[in-house]
This record gives sequence, C-alpha cells and structure tokens, in this order.
Amino acid sequence: MTASVTEDVVKPWGRQEMAARLARDIPEGWYVNLGLGLPTLIPDHIPAGREVVFHSENGVLGMGPVPPKDQVDTWLVNATKQNITLVKGASLFHHADSFGMIRGGHLDLCVLGAYEVAENGDIANWATSQNDAVPAVGGAMDLSAGSKRLWVLMEHTTKDGLPRIVSRCAYPLTAACVVKRVYTNLAVIDVTERGFEVLDMAPGVTLESLQACTDAKLRMAG
Amino acid sequence: MIDKRVASIAEALAGVKDGSVVLLGGFGVVGQPQELLEGLIAQGARDLTIVSNNAGFGSPMLPKLFGLGRVAKLVCSFPRPTPPAFEELFKAGKIALELVPQGTIAERIRAAAVGVPAFYTPTAVGTRLAEGKEIREFDGRTYVMERALHADVALIQAWRADRWGNLTYRGTGRNFNPVMAMAAKLTIVQTRHMVELGELDPESIVTPGIFVNRVVHVESADPPPA
Repeated sequence: MTASVTEDVVKPWGRQEMAARLARDIPEGWYVNLGLGLPTLIPDHIPAGREVVFHSENGVLGMGPVPPKDQVDTWLVNATKQNITLVKGASLFHHADSFGMIRGGHLDLCVLGAYEVAENGDIANWATSQNDAVPAVGGAMDLSAGSKRLWVLMEHTTKDGLPRIVSRCAYPLTAACVVKRVYTNLAVIDVTERGFEVLDMAPGVTLESLQACTDAKLRMAG
Repeated sequence: MIDKRVASIAEALAGVKDGSVVLLGGFGVVGQPQELLEGLIAQGARDLTIVSNNAGFGSPMLPKLFGLGRVAKLVCSFPRPTPPAFEELFKAGKIALELVPQGTIAERIRAAAVGVPAFYTPTAVGTRLAEGKEIREFDGRTYVMERALHADVALIQAWRADRWGNLTYRGTGRNFNPVMAMAAKLTIVQTRHMVELGELDPESIVTPGIFVNRVVHVESADPPPA
C-alpha cells in the first residue's frame, strides 16, 4: 500500500474479488483464453448458466474445471500442463488450428497477467530484462497480438509499491498497442486514444490516491 | 502391399543422420513420444537441431539428449522449467536457443508442410523476437515475415495407427503432432494401438497416412498426473 492511500478507508480488491470483477464483464457467448496466474481464477466467477467457452492454446475449446483426484484423465492438460476436464460441447484440435484461432482474431477475449501496461496499450509480460538466462515466451505474443481484445489482470503496483501502469514500458514488450482494459486490485481502467480512463475503483480509492501510485496520467471515464 | 509398420524402435530410427533437424511432438510430456526419444538417444545421431515446444518438462529423455552433448540447437517457445542439463550448456555457449512464439513455431512447421516458403504474422511485431526480420504493412497493419521450418525427421506419438500410417490422437496429446507429422522428410510414429486397415473411421482420421513413413507399436505409459 502506498503512503498516499489512507489504510483505514481503502479496501483493495482481493485476488478473488479482482477475478470476480473481471468475470462480471464477460458476456454470454464469448470465447476466452486465460493466461497464467490470476486469470485462472476467473472461471469460478462466471455466473451459473452463462455460457462462456474457455480456450486452451494447446488445443482445447470448452475447458472445464480441475478434476477430483480420482477422476483425472492424464491425457488432458491445459496450457500450464495441469490436468483439466472438458465440458459438454468441447472440441480438441492441433496447435496450428489453435493458434489460427488466436492469430485469426476468433477469440473474443484474452486475459493475461503483466509486469507493465503502458498508456498506448503496450504490454510487457514475458521477460524482465534484455538478458534473461534462458528466455521463454510461450504463446503470450500470439495471444496479445491476435485476440479481438486483450484485458490485463494484475496488481496495481509491484510488491515494493512501484507503478506497473506506466507511460512507457521499461521491460521488453510482448506486443505493442493491444491492451484494451486493465483490472487491478485498486481500479478498472480503460486504455483509450486519450490515454487511461478510470471506469471503477475499489472502495475508498480516490482518483488522487490512484494517480499517486500510477506512472501515467489518469482521468475519469465519461 | 503398403506396410509402414516396423518391428522395433531401433528399426524406426534407422538412418537418422548427424546434423538432422528433428521435430519432436508433445506439449510438455503429453503427446511426446518417449520411447522414440529413448531410441534416438541409443541411435547416436549428433549435432541435432531439436524443435520442441518445451525443453524436456516432465520427462528425463530430452534433458538426457542435451546432457550427452548431442543437440547443437533447440527451437522452442517455452524452455521452462529449464532442465539443468540445458541451462549449463546454454550458459557455456555450447547449445543455441532459437526462441520462437508458440503459434509461430506451429505455423512455420505448417508452412513447410504445405509448400509455403514464408508468411507474414502480426505476432511479435514491435518486440525483440522480430528484430532483424522483414517487416511489412498490409491494409494498415504491421506484420513480420517468418520462414517455413523444414525438417529432416519428425518424432510423433499417436493413439491409434494402421499399416498405411493413418493416425488418431488422444486428448491434448494431439498438440503439435499432426502438423509436425506433415512437415518432415521422414516421419516416424510410435502408436499406443496398432489396428487393422479399415478399422479407423475415415471421418475421424486426423493424420492421413501419406504424411507418415514408419510406424512402431509401443505400449507406452499414460502421462503422469499433473
């Protein structure tokens, strides 16, 4: 928590609340890919009866929850290589088709975690320096460049309180000018041609306190 | 009679030459042909370029091949968790890593398979993985040119196969296998079940036999729980 935010008033959203806040904005019928970490909490918060189809880039549409230990099919894994289930209506396909779906703009939404998001929509989420010992990128660049819309779900600041919503990314880019919206523990912020526009804030957060822990100009939407 | 079946792993891997580019199916350990990899270790080919989404996550086979100093280069999207054998060679400059976005690997392989020498993709534009590559604009959007990834050998894991080399897969064990099977000069398949010609429903065959050269029946284990 930064010094400018009064602790007895501010109630930052917890991890589950962040996921729930984002899940609220996913309408029925969307095909959605979720990245590692926080985004994996989202499916639990999709209201019962709302049909949202989850994509896993290793070749699944209609990914269901983690199975109970006695019902695991070890031939079914997600992008993090954990065992999963398939929902009714699920389909399986190979990698070129899977990334064709991604690159071809067929996914309505991709939600990724990130190190940084810049006001022009740049995202940095795969490397923290120019000389990582053994670099790895996976599908992050494909998903960022290819999805119809990219939302980022992340903590508003680093553990040390440094801004992650910035005027320009310092870390190596995953993709340029692609992020449409950022959900953090403090706010929901749209990325627009006019810059960052705040849609919603956690209880007790003010535009001033939010601005104090953000390294780019914020304005209220509307 | 067309019969692509071979009796042993050794026969399946016969003739793989030093310096070969080898496509290795699998996403992590699921769909990765463990016994063919073991056979490649025994076969002895050196100076290999391995194309694999991961660097040996979940199985000791690929790290063993690295450790034996048999791999000159790895083409990979996600070499993490990184096996110590790879990391040591990488830090010592004794193995090259070509890091490629996952979908770009798949499409470069597909391009090689279908006679397309190069293509333009929006993936990686504006990032360091596009550095040094041709950039071109189409209809107001920027793309990077990627080349087809041709290979000498593909090592594939199937679920069912027949003597013509028609294949089906199991679960997410499909992953890179079908595109890799299409792209190599020599496609070698290990299959969990060998069935009679005609037993596979033509509607459900994923890899038509034209792409396959050798099939070996291996009653391999299921992937471990993860």
